Amino acid sequence: MTDQLGKPVLRKEDPALLSGRGRYADDLPIPVGTLHAHVIRSPHAHAEIVRVDAAKALAHEGVWAVITGEDVRKLSDPFLAAVKAPVQQWTLAVERVRYVGEPVVLVVAESRYLAEDAAELVTIDYQPLDPVLDPVEACKSAAPLLHPAAGTNEISVREFRYGDPDGAFARADRRIAMTVPFPRLSFTPIECYVVVAQHNAAENSYDVLANFQGPFSMHPVMALALRVPGPKFRLRIPPDSGGSFGIKLSVFPYIVLIALAARITGRPVKWTEDRIEHLVAASSGPNRVTQIEAAVGKDGRILGLKLDQLEDYGAFLRAPMPAPLYRMHGAVTGAYDIEHVEVKNRAVLTNKMPASLIRGFGGPQLYLALERLMQRIAIELKLDPLDVIRRNLIAAQKFPYRTAAGALYDSGNYARAVEIAIGDGRLADLKKRREAARAQGRHYGIGFAVVVEPAMSNMGYLSTLMTAQAREKAGPKNGAVSMARLTIDPLGAVTVTADVTVQGQSHETVLAQIVAQELGLSPGEVEVVLELDTAKDQWSIAAGTYSSRFASGTAVAAHMAAVAMRDKLKAIGAKQLNVLPDDVELAQGKIRSRSNPDNALPFGRVAGTSHWSPVMLPETVAPALSETAVWTPPELEPPSIDDRINTSLTYGFIFDMCGVEIDPVTYHVRVDRYVSMHDAGRIMNPMIAEGQIRGAFAQGIAAALYEEFTYNEEGAFLNGTFADYLVPTVGEIPDVEILHYHSPSPFTPLGAKGLAEGNCMSTPACIANAIADALGVSAVELPATPRRIHALLQARA
Amino acid sequence: MKPRPFDYVQPDTVEEAVAILAEYGDDARILAGGQSLVPMLNLRIVEARALVDISRISALDVMREVRGKIEIGAAVTQNKLLAWPQLAEKLPLVAAALPHVGHFQTRNKGTVCGSIAHADPSSELPLTLALLGGEVVLKSERGERVLAAEDFQKDMLTTARAPDELIAAVRFPLANGKGVAFREVARRHGDFAIVAVAAVVEDKNTVRLGVGGMAGKPMVRRFAREEAAGAIAAWADALEGYEDLHASAAMRRDLFRNLGPLAVTEAIRCAA
Amino acid sequence: MRRVNRDARARVSLTLNGRKLAAEAEPRTLLCDFLRHALGATGTHVGCEHGVCGACTVLIDGVATRSCLTLAVQAEGREVRTVESLAAPDGELNPLQQAFRDHHALQCGFCTPGILMSFTDYLSRNPHASEAEIRDVLSGHLCRCTGYASIVAALKRAARRE
Repeated sequence: MTDQLGKPVLRKEDPALLSGRGRYADDLPIPVGTLHAHVIRSPHAHAEIVRVDAAKALAHEGVWAVITGEDVRKLSDPFLAAVKAPVQQWTLAVERVRYVGEPVVLVVAESRYLAEDAAELVTIDYQPLDPVLDPVEACKSAAPLLHPAAGTNEISVREFRYGDPDGAFARADRRIAMTVPFPRLSFTPIECYVVVAQHNAAENSYDVLANFQGPFSMHPVMALALRVPGPKFRLRIPPDSGGSFGIKLSVFPYIVLIALAARITGRPVKWTEDRIEHLVAASSGPNRVTQIEAAVGKDGRILGLKLDQLEDYGAFLRAPMPAPLYRMHGAVTGAYDIEHVEVKNRAVLTNKMPASLIRGFGGPQLYLALERLMQRIAIELKLDPLDVIRRNLIAAQKFPYRTAAGALYDSGNYARAVEIAIGDGRLADLKKRREAARAQGRHYGIGFAVVVEPAMSNMGYLSTLMTAQAREKAGPKNGAVSMARLTIDPLGAVTVTADVTVQGQSHETVLAQIVAQELGLSPGEVEVVLELDTAKDQWSIAAGTYSSRFASGTAVAAHMAAVAMRDKLKAIGAKQLNVLPDDVELAQGKIRSRSNPDNALPFGRVAGTSHWSPVMLPETVAPALSETAVWTPPELEPPSIDDRINTSLTYGFIFDMCGVEIDPVTYHVRVDRYVSMHDAGRIMNPMIAEGQIRGAFAQGIAAALYEEFTYNEEGAFLNGTFADYLVPTVGEIPDVEILHYHSPSPFTPLGAKGLAEGNCMSTPACIANAIADALGVSAVELPATPRRIHALLQARA
Repeated sequence: MKPRPFDYVQPDTVEEAVAILAEYGDDARILAGGQSLVPMLNLRIVEARALVDISRISALDVMREVRGKIEIGAAVTQNKLLAWPQLAEKLPLVAAALPHVGHFQTRNKGTVCGSIAHADPSSELPLTLALLGGEVVLKSERGERVLAAEDFQKDMLTTARAPDELIAAVRFPLANGKGVAFREVARRHGDFAIVAVAAVVEDKNTVRLGVGGMAGKPMVRRFAREEAAGAIAAWADALEGYEDLHASAAMRRDLFRNLGPLAVTEAIRCAA
Repeated sequence: MRRVNRDARARVSLTLNGRKLAAEAEPRTLLCDFLRHALGATGTHVGCEHGVCGACTVLIDGVATRSCLTLAVQAEGREVRTVESLAAPDGELNPLQQAFRDHHALQCGFCTPGILMSFTDYLSRNPHASEAEIRDVLSGHLCRCTGYASIVAALKRAARRE
């Protein structure tokens, strides 16, 4: 039998995409008479809305409606949020605007061009209020309040204690502390949001097409906002999406907005977000300020760790925020064996666009702080930074390893992976380069970063933000459901559907490989359809593509369904071949006797039996027309009474090291050499895995050196176009040498661990450490732009 | 973002073009390559009652050598100039600067004169025009006038072109055999320069240096070779630079202090 | 001289991928919108509408052009080629497309058509482009998925073949 998994199978998606036959949301046909919407957005960071005058706009040619917050408030309920607080958010600003770019009014007209013309005729009177933009300032009692009823901007605070941190700190030889900020940025997919909504007035039901990525826990949030039961809110995902990286979660408020517009106008309504809107108001990762402190022995061994994580979520906590603060919670100690931990998580609101999850999902913020601290410990104790790292790594024999905060790390051999990565002269070469450069007076530095990359979230992770008593009252939340379904058609052809959304991660190809593997087919013979339709497909709140859940979750469900189908087909085939089921194998498109391979039938013929002659089926076998698998791994338990939570199912490992040089003429940081070692367990398609790693690496470089959302003191957004927000081009991405180690996960039948967020987490930390080493400084703020490098050099001089 | 409505006029001759400009008064804009104008129209940050598309006027799509200068018509694209076989020989400074102008795709449509008209303070073509002592040929219904670069370039995105005038051509003095150098610092390849410097060796003792991105327009000075580094440092302080998203004024000054002497050295080496 | 009043709709005729087509457009209608929604050629994508991302790149008379910065009326009488023209009628990928597939040079595919058209122009002018030249031209495109290395590899392969 030919193994399909583990091979660099070329992608099934490519012929259509390369020929311009992709079907992205804006490509799909829309009904005649569809209207087009345009959002008028707040020019102020914080203001009362005094008056909206839409008379001239309504009189403009081709305009059907001008919708305000008051209209929205009448027809919809505020969005549910994860944190219970007297904060209400509708899809348009109601009474007050709280960030530049916040949607205030929606103009609906016969074309987007006309809607933008009419929008210029709407006059909105604002009464400006003082904005607060900095998260630390926003926590102070004198800060302007975004939501007066809440009485504070610090909307969620939770403290956690594991082991005996006070004891560890009292015992320690040294205490080493740092304050590490992480910037606000986004990964701006090249395709922006698209929503097409229709309303059926007779049934009060909605039918919406949108490039939404999941999680589908947002479906009830949207349905409740629209005041309809779930089945009356049909959400359909287009076959293709131009990238998401977490960002197309936050299209959900616009789904509600355009749905309401369809209801108000009685016509289908389409909205395509443009780049300017996307930059100012779509979504971003949260910026964070971490105060981190380690209690260490003289040898660099960490006895205890304290973190105060202050995360800035912008003007509202949209569901499911503050997820990035909690997604990493079990893994807050990273790759290190630390027993005594204290964590304080604070979510604060400021007058900026609401932040949400982006690729990395809390990992970049955590690891920048943790890995910078590791370097700092080495410097203060006059030890080698790599020795300090290695001294603290979790030992191989401890796996599965339960962390202090409750994560169950499935597998890994961290020390060995590091050893391989620095071997073959790689680290020696870096050191030689540094020595040679420094001998010439050049600024060269080496950095390291070590990351544990979680994949597939335990849906109970967010409930950790509630106290144990509150969780008890609310009922346990835990687990994660992955679903896949195989069907066989009358000609014996196989189709797979699954609960992921397509954004470019090659799910179609890998699902075909998985199913082909079990059924003895080639991936080209397996049809995969991933246009999720909530009215007709199987889905759970966990459905979607986010948090790297595919390899650890949906892929497993597809495997399980394929195995079940295989076993059924063996039984059916056995009867037709007149052999015992144990003797049957599926290979090379045939169902045949293993002991006598000439006794074979084409796969399609046997598979079609259930359609054409179900009477021929063995009594014990139900017709093999379809097979659904639901995978709920038992390791994803609810948080314990003492707040321990296994936040994810699988945990990969990454070790990065790099050499950088600072150019004293241009103040640019040049990455001289970069090595990234990945342990993601079993690799299902090495070509695709490498593509994901390189994509994440480019985004990690972007966060380290180029991208940041900046605001002035009035809260105006300064990166308003792609000329101001610097997405790296090919010239800005250095090469990366990728190495692999394989510790298959014992927690999934496939052994594969979700990957692809890893370098978003490791690369900013690795680069920051290298810059700190190059310049001999302790505070490196990211992105390390020429402007910041210049300031660092000036401060040194 | 979609542009506001405008009339579209596509003249076939220069005479037709200037007549349209006169007709619309202040309200018409010249559309040549569109690489600077159309984004601004899409963003609705400029007004235009009419667009006058000169890209198909064949009389403007001409390059020729006239009295020691290379004259480049308003419809000549940046890539057309870059592909000119004699560019490196006759205008080596422009040959060095052009690859930094935008990207291959924008140079396919963006015009040489369009870049001069746009007058971004750090852009490469206005800098080279200023340094080489070039001139701008303006036409209107009122006639023709020729302005030296330093009189044409006024301030950030501001030139001496009257609303009813069309840039018909720019002229670059020949620089055969001269030692030249061009350097710039940008955040990404193809981005607007933060600071750009261009140098030309005038004779055994003198170098002329131009800098973009330190003031509202390119600034030009000449120095004695041996004094270059000190003179550049003093000049940087005098110009001050300015602050924007990508650089502080202090950083601009330091970039100029770093780049200037490097460009001078390179130009001298090139002349040798 | 041609003149179209702002309130008028002009009939724009052009040749798209070898076929003469015509539809109506206002003077301000962008070529990318015209191609996608008036002519149904949705292979060309829109990523920024200010000429930076390159997703909208098409060929006009063989020259790679940002269609978001081009008015539909400017394409009157021109030969426009978009990504749909690259594969053979039976769907067989051309060498450039095949190189992309072989090297996993696309993931979500949204930026890909623009890159293919840019290089259809560039490689016809410079068939054996060096890596440095390839990188220079590729810098006019933004990709969020691949990190670019596989795209460079695919283009290097295409440069050797054609």
